[in-house]
Amino acid sequence: MRFRDHVVVGDILELAQRYRDEGADELVFYDITASPEGRSVDRSWVRRVARVLDIPFCVAGGIRSVADAEAVLGEGAEKVSINSPALADPELITRLSERFGAQCVVVGIDSQTIDGTYQVYQYTGDPNRARNTARSTLDWVREVQERGAGEIVLNCMASDGVRRGYDIEQLAAVRKVCKVPLIASGGAGAPEHFLEVFRAANVDGALAASVFHSGSLPIPVLKQYLRDAAIEIRP
Amino acid sequence: MTRLAIIDSGGANIASLQFALDRLGIESVLTTDANVLRSATHVMLPGVGAAADCMARLREANLIDVIRSLSQPLLGICVGMQLLYESSEEGDVECLGLLPGRVRRLSCEGLPIPHMGWNQLELATSSPLFEDIQSGDYVYFVHSYCAPVSDATLAKCTYGETFSAVVQRGHVYGTQFHPERSGRIGSLILRNFLRIA
Repeated sequence: MRFRDHVVVGDILELAQRYRDEGADELVFYDITASPEGRSVDRSWVRRVARVLDIPFCVAGGIRSVADAEAVLGEGAEKVSINSPALADPELITRLSERFGAQCVVVGIDSQTIDGTYQVYQYTGDPNRARNTARSTLDWVREVQERGAGEIVLNCMASDGVRRGYDIEQLAAVRKVCKVPLIASGGAGAPEHFLEVFRAANVDGALAASVFHSGSLPIPVLKQYLRDAAIEIRP
Repeated sequence: MTRLAIIDSGGANIASLQFALDRLGIESVLTTDANVLRSATHVMLPGVGAAADCMARLREANLIDVIRSLSQPLLGICVGMQLLYESSEEGDVECLGLLPGRVRRLSCEGLPIPHMGWNQLELATSSPLFEDIQSGDYVYFVHSYCAPVSDATLAKCTYGETFSAVVQRGHVYGTQFHPERSGRIGSLILRNFLRIA
């Protein structure tokens, strides 16, 4: 598990403004401890974040019902991302999509290679509860699209947090069956990793956390690097 | 003085539009009250979700004819822009008919749908809406349906196919993208719209 020992990255409002000013295209706020502990995100911060952000942002963690999603979207979030609750209740994807439209519904998938196949993990926010669902990742990717997901974030667990690059092979395999926007997650450590994932896995977006939080890779530097490599990206 | 009314079309994330206006120092009122709409200097019609659902909510609020009869600057945003057309393929629904034509599904073979992300504007003509805006500026799109390029097109965008990104006919304006979530460029579009008398 790479989620152990979370680093407190500081006041999220300050962080949100920093990333806005640095040119992030979208922000995702994860409360990765929300699902395992059976509680929901504390939403008082969503409105404060929405007031300062002029880019889209997504809230992930602890959204288990249409009412949960409505509260978050009503506070100004653009999208909600569901992961463990979607595995527990796949019909939730459909209900959210019908109520808010597919564009609001992101499904996060934690996946790992086991015996040569990609398998879905649940409750990865808690090392003590994380479990292999024995679901095939590719089947789950197909199912969530049929159920109305408008975007998929694929977190390749073995790569996550180690900054040695995205899992290109797995992302490329998922890309083949993913007709909605696909966001790569897990493994970004250097500008080359971003370029590789856009070129070799043809993803629509690349998500990273630690490499930005630590300041080791400033977003403007990364974006200039990608533009120089002819990747179409907002300055 | 600007009196901005936002039509409460029932979408879940109208808050983000209000916050964007707050950042511009513009007070806005979210309403379904016909009198408030008629007395506003500017009106915005945001829309999220399916076109048919949005039309049903406007009908329920008895706002169809009210919106059709407005004469002040009106800005439709995203699905709100699509509602300005005669009809939409999404749910095969009759819309407001303030702009000629029919909204249809994006045909972008091989590209993911919905189209979600930052894409470049290609300005087709000059407009007060484009003060300090240039071709090539990026704005944020979220949609699966689009309006074809027509006489009403002020700016285009290409995602698999080329479609209308900004439209206008008389006092009726529309943006397919979300200005409230399009960074500095989106903020300029909102500012410019509110400067139109």
